[in-house]
Amino acid sequence: MEMNKDELISLYRQMLLIRTFEDKSAEMYAKAKIAGFLHLYNGQEAIAVGALSALHSDDELVTHYRDHGYALARGIDSRFVMAELYGRETGTTGGRGGSMHIASVEKHFWGGYAIVGGHLPLAVGLAYANVHHNTGRIVLCVLGDGSTNIGTFHAALNWAQLWHLPVIFLVENNMWAMGTAISIHSSVIEIYKKAAAHEMYAERVDGKDVLAVHDAVCKLAERARSGEGPSLLEAVTYRYRGHSMADSDVQRSKEEINEQKQRDPLTMYLTNVLLKRNLLTDEQESQIHHEVEAEVDEAVAFADASAEPALDTLYDKIYAQPVANMQIDGSLIRPAALYTGNGTHG
Amino acid sequence: MAEITFREALKRALREELTRDPDVVIWGEDIVAYGGGGAYAVTAGLAKEFPGRVRDTPIAEEAIVGVGIGAAMGGVRPIVELMTINFALVAWDQIVNHAAKLHHMFNGQIKVPMVMRSPAGFGRTAATHSQNFDSWLASVPGLKVVEPATPYDAKGLLKAAIRDDDPVFFIEHLQLYGTRGEVPDTEYLIPLGVSERKREGRHLTVVTWGRMLVETMKAAKVLSGEGIELDVIDLRTLRPMDLSLAMQSVKRTNRAMVVEEGWRSMGIGAEVAATLQEQVFNYLDAPIARVAGLEVPMPYAKNLERATVPFSDDVVAAARAMMTNQY
Repeated sequence: MEMNKDELISLYRQMLLIRTFEDKSAEMYAKAKIAGFLHLYNGQEAIAVGALSALHSDDELVTHYRDHGYALARGIDSRFVMAELYGRETGTTGGRGGSMHIASVEKHFWGGYAIVGGHLPLAVGLAYANVHHNTGRIVLCVLGDGSTNIGTFHAALNWAQLWHLPVIFLVENNMWAMGTAISIHSSVIEIYKKAAAHEMYAERVDGKDVLAVHDAVCKLAERARSGEGPSLLEAVTYRYRGHSMADSDVQRSKEEINEQKQRDPLTMYLTNVLLKRNLLTDEQESQIHHEVEAEVDEAVAFADASAEPALDTLYDKIYAQPVANMQIDGSLIRPAALYTGNGTHG
Repeated sequence: MAEITFREALKRALREELTRDPDVVIWGEDIVAYGGGGAYAVTAGLAKEFPGRVRDTPIAEEAIVGVGIGAAMGGVRPIVELMTINFALVAWDQIVNHAAKLHHMFNGQIKVPMVMRSPAGFGRTAATHSQNFDSWLASVPGLKVVEPATPYDAKGLLKAAIRDDDPVFFIEHLQLYGTRGEVPDTEYLIPLGVSERKREGRHLTVVTWGRMLVETMKAAKVLSGEGIELDVIDLRTLRPMDLSLAMQSVKRTNRAMVVEEGWRSMGIGAEVAATLQEQVFNYLDAPIARVAGLEVPMPYAKNLERATVPFSDDVVAAARAMMTNQY
C-alpha cells in the first residue's frame, strides 16, 4: 500500500510517541506511580506501527502483554493508557487490567494477554467469528519468540490452517524470552520456519524497518482477505530495556544492547527515509518532538488527576448476566434478607 | 409426557437451540464422525441436521476452549464439548484465566457467551478418567457451573446455559446418560442459579446435586420405610450457588447433610456446611454431616471403585446415624 507524505510522517510520529510514552512510564514506575509488571516496548516500535498502518482500523487486534505500543498505534488516547498504568477509573479498563491488559473493543483491540501463548486460540476463534458473520475483517495476533514453544502456539496454528481462517500471527522475535536467549529456548532460531509444521505460509522481515513491516503485513493481509488463509510473519527485533521494570537485565551484555542500538528503528527511518527524501525538515522534526512530549506530559497529568476506581464497583461486571438471587459477594448466594446491602449486583 | 433419557434430553436442547439461533455452533472431539456422534453419543445426528455448525476438532483441549472463547468474544455462541472432564485440565488456563476473567478484567468490554459441556464421574476407567472437579470449577469467580440430575433439568438448564451471556461449565455425570425421566414436548427453560426441592420431608435436609441426587432419592425411599423423611434440595447450579432453599429447610428439619461424589476435603460439601453454619447455626440440632467420595486416585478394580464412590446405602447409613445422634 503506497503511503502519502502525511502518512509517512505519521509513522515516525507514532513511533516517537510510543518511545516517549514508554520512557515516561519507566519514570513514573520509578516514582511508584505505576506498580506491578511493566513491560516496555522501546526498540520494537517499528513493528506495531508498521503492522497496524497496513490494516484497516476495524481489523481485529489481539496482542501479548507488551501492549502499550499497539494501543497507541491503534489510536487509543494516550491519556487513557497512562491512566490504566496508574490503575485509575479513567483507564482503558477502569483500573482492572493494568499494563498487561490494555484494550479498546470499540477500536477492535481485544486486549493484551499476559499468559504466554494463551491468546493465540482466542485470535483463531475471533477469526472464525468474523468468517461466521461474513464481516471481511481479519485478525492480527501478536506474540513473542518465547511463546512459539508452548502448546497453544502449535494448537492455534494447526487450527487456523485447518479451518483456513483469516489470521496473521505476527511474531516479534526480540531474541530473548524474558531472560532466556533464543539459542537456549528454541530448537529453531529462525522462528518463521516453525509455521512449516502446519503448512502455513510464513515470512521473515526486519522488524526494525517500519516500511518493511508495513509492506509485509499488507501482503499477508491481502492474502487473508482474499481467502488464502492464515500466515505467520516473523519480525526480527530487539528490546532495549529488560523484560519488565522488575528485570535487572544482568543476563544481556552491554555490548549486545549497544550494538542493537546502532540500528535504531526511529533513527533509521528518520535518517534514511524522511530526511533523505526531504519529507521532513529538521524544524518539523523538532516540532513533532515537542508535540509528542506535550501529549505524554498531558497523559501523566490526566492520570495523576484521575480518581481511583470507586470501591463500590468492586463486584461489578464479574458476570455479564447476573442470575436470580445473586448477591454482592459474587460467590455463594445468601438470601437477600441475610445480606445488609442493596441486593443484586452485576 | 414422554419419558426420555438424559442423553436424549440434552440432544433435544442442543437441537432446539441450533434451530433457534444461527450463531450457536458445537465443536468438540469426535462429535461428528466417531460412532455417529460423540464418545457418549449426545450429538449423534446433529452434524447432518446442521451442516457446518457441528464440527470435529483436533485433540487439543486448550484450543477447543480457547478458540471457543475467541469465537464467543466475536459474537458466536459456541458450545464446546470436552470428551471427559479430566481433559479439562489441559484447558485449565483457558477456562480459568480467560473464559472466567475477560468480562471483568476488560471492564465489561468483552463477553464470553460459551458453554463447555463435559461428562464427569466414574465408569471403570481408572484414576485419570474418573474425576469430578466440581469444587475446583465452582471456586472461580466469573464462571457459572451447572450440573443437572434429571432429564427434565438437563434440557431446561442446558437451553438456559446456551442463552446465557457468561461462560457456563455444564457438567454431565456419565452414569446419568441412560437414566430416564419425563420431559415435555413444549419448550421450557430452567434459570441458572436456582436450586429445587426434589422431595419434601421433615426430619433431615439433604443438599446434593448430579448423580448423588439420584442416589439420595433411592435412599429417601428406604429411609421413609423406617420413618425418616428426607427433605432433598438439588443445587442444580454450583456457582453461583443458591442455598436459600437449603436454609429454609434446615430451619424446619434442624439437621443437614451434604452428599457429593467428589473428594471430601475442600469439596462443595465443605462450602455448603460452612455457609449453613454461618447462616442458620441456631437452628441446628446436630453437626452437619458430609457423605463424599474417598480420597484416593480412582482404582480400576470393580470392588475398589465401588468402595471409593458413595451410593444410596452410604446416604442411608449416614442418615440413620444422624437421626440416632451417632455422630
